[in-house]
This record gives sequence, C-alpha cells and structure tokens, in this order.
Amino acid sequence: MRKGFGSIILDVGFRHLTPFLILYAVYVLVHGHYGPGGGFQAGALLGLAVVLGRVVQGQDAELGIGLSGGLVLACTGALIFLAIGLASLLWGGNFLDYGVLPIASAPAEARALGILGIEAGVTMGVMGVIIIMFDLLTRRGERE
Amino acid sequence: MRKASAVVLVVIALLFIYAALDLPPTGDHEAPAAVHVSPRYIESAYKETATQNMVCAVLADYRSFDTLGEVIVIVIAGIAIVYIVGVSRPADEI
Repeated sequence: MRKGFGSIILDVGFRHLTPFLILYAVYVLVHGHYGPGGGFQAGALLGLAVVLGRVVQGQDAELGIGLSGGLVLACTGALIFLAIGLASLLWGGNFLDYGVLPIASAPAEARALGILGIEAGVTMGVMGVIIIMFDLLTRRGERE
Repeated sequence: MRKASAVVLVVIALLFIYAALDLPPTGDHEAPAAVHVSPRYIESAYKETATQNMVCAVLADYRSFDTLGEVIVIVIAGIAIVYIVGVSRPADEI
C-alpha cells in the first residue's frame, strides 16, 4: 500500500486520533493490573495505530513500521518475556518466578512489576504480528 | 467406506455424549476444577502478587508459562505468514 486513501480530512482526523489511541493502549496495558486489559489488547491497539497510519498516509506514514520492523518487534517481545523468565532463574527462583527479582522491596511487588514486564513483552509481540500481517497483505497488490 | 466412517462417527458421538453426561453442571462450585487450585488463587492472589485483578495474576503469574506459549505461538504464526505470503518475492525485499 504505497499510496494511502489520504484525503485531507482523513489525514487530519488520523493525526488527532492516533495520540489518543496510543495513550489508550498504554492505559490498557498498565491498567491490566486493576481491571480488564493487558498485553494482548494493548498490542492490538498499538498495532491498530500503526495500521491506521499506513491506511491513511500510505507507505511513508509517520508511524511507518514496515515488515522488518514488525518482525523485530514481535521477536523482541517474545524475547523480553523469555528474558524475564530466565532472569528469575538466574536469581535463584523457578522459571518465570518473578518474586526473587531484585526490583522491589517486597516479593509481591516484584511479582507485580514482573507481570508488567511480561505484559509489555506480550504487547510488543502482538503489535509486531499485526504489523507483519497488514504489511504483507497490502504489499501484494502493488506489484501489478 | 462412507457408510463405515458414518457408523464410526455415530459411535464416537454416542461415546462423547455418554461421557458428557457425567460432567458436572455449569457453575457447579463443587466441581473438581473449582475445588483444586482455584480457592488458593482466590485467597492468596493479592497477598502474593500485589495485583488486584485476579485474572491478571492467574494469567501472567500463576500460569505465565501458558502465556509464554501463547506469545510464542503468535510470533511463530507471524513468521509463518512472512514465509507463506512473502515467498513469491525475492529474498532481499524481506
């Protein structure tokens, strides 16, 4: 999708919508500790923000994360999750046992922060995969 | 052959229905699934994880191995899409 649908109205609307979309995604991510939400949903929202930019503005959008960027994001997200799990192994706990990580005074708080960390990893993974799918499905048509 | 497979399918379906009659009813709090680890999660989720949302505590802490598997499945699916859809293009574009 090299050329977007961008009329000036869509462009202005997109510019005003995207900051709130990203803010809402971060809210959904960090509010997962208190209510519905979490990494998967936040990743879908962040991916949507990027996809919206690509739809409206085309290939050289403001938030133009392409195929390789999406792949890097997705794999980095999964690796963050794994790295936190292995870090707790390193500090003498079980795999993914965040209570032993030296990031908070009480083990319960370390667990809360560990949950936040892996949720961030999940977010990056889902966001990257959504960008990959959109990029591949729209890139195909432009070769004709 | 079709008749034979139809008979086999009907027999399997009857077996499943017979087995399903023994399942506990929906919402039964005496069901084995509800008395094994669920009470412990409910009682100690906040104390152990400082997370108000019990669903989040179970998803990302008690069963985080499961969530790790989900994320890896999603990422592998994304990589598989790259190889399936992007296979007709030259490799340097990927």
